[in-house]
Amino acid sequence: MLKIEGLTAEVDGKEILKGIDLEVPTGQVHAIMGPNGSGKSTLSYVLSGRDGYEVTGGTATLNGVDILAMEPEERAAAGLFLAFQYPVELPGVGNATFLRTALNAVRKGRGESELDAMQFLKVARQRMKMLSMSDDMLKRGVNVGFSGGEKKRNEILQMALLQPSMAILDETDSGLDIDALKIVADGVNAMRGPGFSALVITHYQRLLDYIVPDRVHVLIGGRIVKSGGAELAQELEAQGYGAVQAAA
Amino acid sequence: MPAVTETIETVQAVTDSGYKWGFETDIEMEFAPKGLNEDIVRFISAKKNEPAWLLEWRLRAFALWKTMAEPRWAAVKYPPIDYQDAYYYAAPTQKVKPKSLDEVDPELLKTYAKLGIPLREQEILAGVEGAGDTPAEGRMPIAVDAVFDSVSVATSYKDRLAKDGIIFCAISEAVQEHPELVRKYLGTVVPQGDNFFAALNSAVFTDGSFVYIPKGVRCPMELSTYFRINAKSTGQFERTLIIADEGSHVSYLEGCTAPMRDENQLHAAVVELVAMDDATIKYSTVQNWYPGDAEGKGGIYNFVTKRGACRGARSKISWTQVETGSAITWKYPSCILQGEDSVGEFYSVAITNNYQQADTGTKMFHIGPRTKSTIVSKGISAGHGQNTYRGLVRIGAKATGARNFTQCDSLLIGDLCGAHTVPYIENRCATAKVEHEATTSRIAEDQLFYCRQRGLTQEDAVGLIVNGFCREVLKELPMEFAVEAQKLLQISLEGSVG
Repeated sequence: MLKIEGLTAEVDGKEILKGIDLEVPTGQVHAIMGPNGSGKSTLSYVLSGRDGYEVTGGTATLNGVDILAMEPEERAAAGLFLAFQYPVELPGVGNATFLRTALNAVRKGRGESELDAMQFLKVARQRMKMLSMSDDMLKRGVNVGFSGGEKKRNEILQMALLQPSMAILDETDSGLDIDALKIVADGVNAMRGPGFSALVITHYQRLLDYIVPDRVHVLIGGRIVKSGGAELAQELEAQGYGAVQAAA
Repeated sequence: MPAVTETIETVQAVTDSGYKWGFETDIEMEFAPKGLNEDIVRFISAKKNEPAWLLEWRLRAFALWKTMAEPRWAAVKYPPIDYQDAYYYAAPTQKVKPKSLDEVDPELLKTYAKLGIPLREQEILAGVEGAGDTPAEGRMPIAVDAVFDSVSVATSYKDRLAKDGIIFCAISEAVQEHPELVRKYLGTVVPQGDNFFAALNSAVFTDGSFVYIPKGVRCPMELSTYFRINAKSTGQFERTLIIADEGSHVSYLEGCTAPMRDENQLHAAVVELVAMDDATIKYSTVQNWYPGDAEGKGGIYNFVTKRGACRGARSKISWTQVETGSAITWKYPSCILQGEDSVGEFYSVAITNNYQQADTGTKMFHIGPRTKSTIVSKGISAGHGQNTYRGLVRIGAKATGARNFTQCDSLLIGDLCGAHTVPYIENRCATAKVEHEATTSRIAEDQLFYCRQRGLTQEDAVGLIVNGFCREVLKELPMEFAVEAQKLLQISLEGSVG
């Protein structure tokens, strides 16, 4: 379970998050929607510990553990996963090498045994089949020359391999065509269950047709201004953020 | 952020003590008097019991050296070197030349064991079998020539190699046992007066390796020389000569380390390679001389002349180097492509961290028709490190259809370091084709964060990104050493990001 209380944060001395209170119980998927510049990506970076995102107040715990004091890699080992809005290219680093290094780093952090190359390939191939990804994705450089859709699928593959207890998907739907969107949504839905929760950050309601959230929160101006069930997403799509903002 | 400061401090501590090969061996040594003059040259020659022609050769080199000036065109800065304030000969005291390893001083054996260099042949096999996830049958034993300061102390697998007619021994021994070969080839690729440091080496070289691969023989194992500087205030001047006769094939690896000291020590080696028709020489270096401390104090001055002559048609010489050590690296492994269709290759990774300076690259001389060369250089600068690629591609009038491809990539870590690329191209042949590509990049914060979000530590993330950057070069190394080199890259960069 992810529990955020009174979280404030600034970037370059400018306050972006102005007191976030949010609880994502284990097993649930919540969505965060909001216009550009409302603090959605900042929230994902603050939770994952990116340099330059300064926490100025409040707390955030994952399964009861304070994550704000941890290094990014410790948060990853604790079960936090961020699917990037813009996955980063690592030239010359083979995707298989990267995935195995990441998986073993996280397993090590959790006190589990590391997988050798053969064991890893077996697991990876199985997960890739689930995501309709071809084997040669493993042989290519990390995200190098990947199409937008391939990059996002690669994020979902990493999530499927690392088996986080809490995943944040930062605008994973941006730049995806409808087929890719379905594949990504299937990947997330396949992970849904009692040990997994997710925070889906999105601009549009479209993704939420495929990943139906338990709760929807509207983030505007660094605060959550409204929360509701899945139907809130439809409402926003029809009326726009302006109406919510005015009502709040 | 405080967490970052802490990381820097931790990492600094690691860097300062990070050079694991910096210990000193306490052993009884014999020195020539300090300084350099004709008597020292005669002393060294007499010590080695050399024939008159070689002493003459040395004296000619010394006379040339006295007329020459240190080259100052490289982008490296260092205080003047006092050539009279160093020892030119230092050797472990030995009454008689040891006939087997059992007669070698146990302190020396211990030193090499500590460095992880297998000298005992059976130990090499045992080590290979226990080496982990690669099946033992996939690995070959490695023959090692161990050079300690001025002398070769042991060479393994000599007898086994002799069965194929291969000569692998210390060059001082080759002078005694195979004088005709040494005399025929010595100085024919790097002449005595080639440059200041080559002239110095020719005058005072003390030992090094000699390899001869006969016609049509494919050397059945990797040959390697391990150089160790141990004594204080001592320069190391080794000379290596490798001859691959028609249709032969050899892969050779060179490794080197030195104790950590406050003073700068000079290493001025010469390597000459000769490849006849259809012969291939693959020469790999993992250079790990002491780089100096984090403040730039101490470290080896590495002024090395390496050159290969592709004398025969379809011959091939391939240089691969991973340069992580030395305070200063001045080194341009080159190929003279005389034979038609001959091939020269240069794959290089050079790292400079803290206050290290490297000016390194290659020269490709295309003389014969349809000669081909490939240059792939990867420079990594961190800390206050300065890294220069300096290369020359010269295509002569008769090199019709010659081709060169050059790729120089630089990676910067932090904002206090520098990367420089100085390519020279001289083309006198209209049908030749020369390509040059160069890039400079930085390890981006988003790359590091991406890796860390996936569970990698900062250091592992840097290692992964750097290894990715160097992949094209590392894959050219013999498998066993590629793994070593990867680890070394990571150690060399510890503390570079914070």
